[in-house]
Amino acid sequence: MSIGRRLATTGLTILMVLGFWLMFRPDPAPADGKVHIRYWEKWTGFEEAAMRKVVERYNKSQDRVHVNYLAVSQVDQKMLLSTSGGNPPDVAGLWDYNVVVYADYNALRPLDDFCKRDGITADQYLPAYWNLCTHNNGIYALPTTPASVALHWNRKLFREAGLDPDRPPKTLEELDEMADKLIQRDRSGRIEVMGYLPAEPGWWNWGWGYFFGGSLWPGGDQVSAVSPENMRAFNWVKGYSDRYGSRDIQVFQSGFGNFSSPQNAFMAEQVAMVLQGVWMANYINNTNPSLDWDAAPFPHPADRPDLANSTPVGLDVLVIPAGAPHPEEAWDFIRFVQQQENMEFLCHEQWKHSPLSSVSEAFLANHRNKRIRLFQDLAASNNTFNTPRVGIWREWQDEMNSAFQKIWTSGEDPEDALEYVERRVQPKLARYLDNLERRRVAAAN
Amino acid sequence: MPPMPHSVPPKRPSGLTRVQKQDLRNAMLFISPWIVGFVGLMAYPIVMSIYYSLCDFSVLQAPQFVGAANYRELASDDVFRRAMSNTFVYAAAAIPLGIVLAFIIAMLLNTGVKGMAVYRTIFFLPSLVPAIAMGILWLWIFNGKSGILNYLVQSASRPVGWATLGLLLISPLFLAWFLGRSLGDDGKLCRWGALAGAVAGFGLVGLGWKVGWIGSLTTLELNPPSWLSDTFWVKPAFILMSLWGTGHAVVIYLAGLQNVPVHLYEAADLDGANWWEKTRNVTVPMMSPVILFNGIMAIIGTFNFFAIPFVMAPGGQPARSAYFLAVNLFDNAFLYLRMGYASAMAWILFLIVFLLTMLAMKLSEKHVHYGGS
Repeated sequence: MSIGRRLATTGLTILMVLGFWLMFRPDPAPADGKVHIRYWEKWTGFEEAAMRKVVERYNKSQDRVHVNYLAVSQVDQKMLLSTSGGNPPDVAGLWDYNVVVYADYNALRPLDDFCKRDGITADQYLPAYWNLCTHNNGIYALPTTPASVALHWNRKLFREAGLDPDRPPKTLEELDEMADKLIQRDRSGRIEVMGYLPAEPGWWNWGWGYFFGGSLWPGGDQVSAVSPENMRAFNWVKGYSDRYGSRDIQVFQSGFGNFSSPQNAFMAEQVAMVLQGVWMANYINNTNPSLDWDAAPFPHPADRPDLANSTPVGLDVLVIPAGAPHPEEAWDFIRFVQQQENMEFLCHEQWKHSPLSSVSEAFLANHRNKRIRLFQDLAASNNTFNTPRVGIWREWQDEMNSAFQKIWTSGEDPEDALEYVERRVQPKLARYLDNLERRRVAAAN
Repeated sequence: MPPMPHSVPPKRPSGLTRVQKQDLRNAMLFISPWIVGFVGLMAYPIVMSIYYSLCDFSVLQAPQFVGAANYRELASDDVFRRAMSNTFVYAAAAIPLGIVLAFIIAMLLNTGVKGMAVYRTIFFLPSLVPAIAMGILWLWIFNGKSGILNYLVQSASRPVGWATLGLLLISPLFLAWFLGRSLGDDGKLCRWGALAGAVAGFGLVGLGWKVGWIGSLTTLELNPPSWLSDTFWVKPAFILMSLWGTGHAVVIYLAGLQNVPVHLYEAADLDGANWWEKTRNVTVPMMSPVILFNGIMAIIGTFNFFAIPFVMAPGGQPARSAYFLAVNLFDNAFLYLRMGYASAMAWILFLIVFLLTMLAMKLSEKHVHYGGS
């Protein structure tokens, strides 16, 4: 081998070894002497920017910890893989439904000791949201921003249909009557405007039974998809596709754009009434600020006035993954977010209400959503409901979505569709619970 | 020609010279990043997935051995069966259609007309579009209300209506000619046949008048479906879309067509073969190895169909009519945290692709002709 070749070989080998070393060496200690923690969050856009401001506030508020904030798409899946790989972030921003399954699989650090030590208690939060942070009597997460949901209506379309724009429907029967008056078709019979569409936006397909007093899971090992209340709810849903024609509705719906675009059915004034969350005011402001809208509690069945102010609730949460390298510092940041001033700042920036039981008048008075008090009150009502707190919820939700679509697009009988859901989910639930029990016993021994 | 002298030194008892050993060591060293990557990122996961398929494994906790339970559950899983049937329907239509269309395009591009290089580029361009971008693009094309496909169908309503009306009105003439001709050379029979055809045609026109076809054809309004939200039309929509990406296969066919020996065509010309006979007896047999290759690639591709339905039909909607095997696998692995079950699914998928490939190879034994054999 010539000297040149030998030199080149040696040089390239050294380069390769150096490359490997650079890739796998441990991170050097930060020069500022602070503990740097990693925080992964799912948000993008204005929501990401709002949390970034809170992180900056925290970083400036003390000189011991520095939070490195990273917006991560599909954060739940990436947290799952990083946790199983032994390299999770210190803090992760998840959805409430992730809490149960990750807690069941010991992927979250319980926060009970931290809460007890630093005086964070259930009474500081609205019960609906505190419930979403706990599982099996343990605390596994704390809130960032919450959501309750209400009926939004287009006042201009109400006026055009001869309806009083200041009087939204109070009962589902009134909703149906108004929807009949609000529908508009073109000369060839194609739908141009609909009064109400149970499939828009389609995010709470699982929850219709709750608006009629039903539920999906009473707890334990039994699924209760087929109940008189659920049947009534899905028959009500089917009534819309039967009345206005499934095919006509499909063509009409396919013209809708993305939720956050000006082609959104409500923003584009194609649907006069829509079930939407507290965030909607912000999107209206961004995409169609001239829209004349208002919001009210979603109607209840006329024979069930006790179900007034029903709303599904959801929550974005902060967790400390199991195996996170700096749990104390991570907790310090989470605790900072929970302080009323910081929480209200974050919720104000994200156009949401507060998950705390104590809310300042300034927060409500200065909020950019003109109906913020409505959403705050709805979250505190006795008729809030949430997704079943069970680890197989994602599978179950897909079954509910499929059942909804069968009823909505294919006209399937709700009883058949819901029975099918029950047949599919019941063994999955039994297997999941058995599995948990088996692992619990194995761990105890 | 006498054999050329060569300077390779005689081999040592170990089989390799010192220089060869050094070269081998250096070569191994330089490809070691790939070997490490292959073993760590491909071979290890593949081997472990066999084990995980026999376990209850959520990724977050250690796998627990459950024997063949995952495979037993798969056998009775409605959704898996649905995903499999959707995938088979899609494959059964998309693979042959894709092969035939790509072959036809390649033959057209091989005719040597002016500007061929431009046409070839144009046909290849769509296959360069990333899958996600293609999914978004076709979401708009298939949009039931404002999609270009439905716009074209609706715009074609009147011409289609008038053309059908024209066919109906000339049906007496056509049927008279057709029946008269088909009854042979006997003049009397022909006349009777023509008369019967004309009567049948006028009857058809009369019936059309009576039931209102003629009126409705002049004002025909085709009502195309909302492709991606209709449980029946969603699969045909995906099949139609799959034809958009035939550019790769076209390029491979084109390369194959260039290699068909010209003397075979010349021999066929001497035998008086027409275009169709040359295609059937020369082009297709000589291209058969290329068709087989493209067929196998298409089998693998269609059974791994993931990115586009993942974007265009989340959750396989509507009502799981667009739920494909690879999406079902992904959902189980990463949404439902059932990595063991998903691994079992992956091995079933592998088995299906393997068996279909073997079947294709077996069927090809009699129909594929290799130039060298």
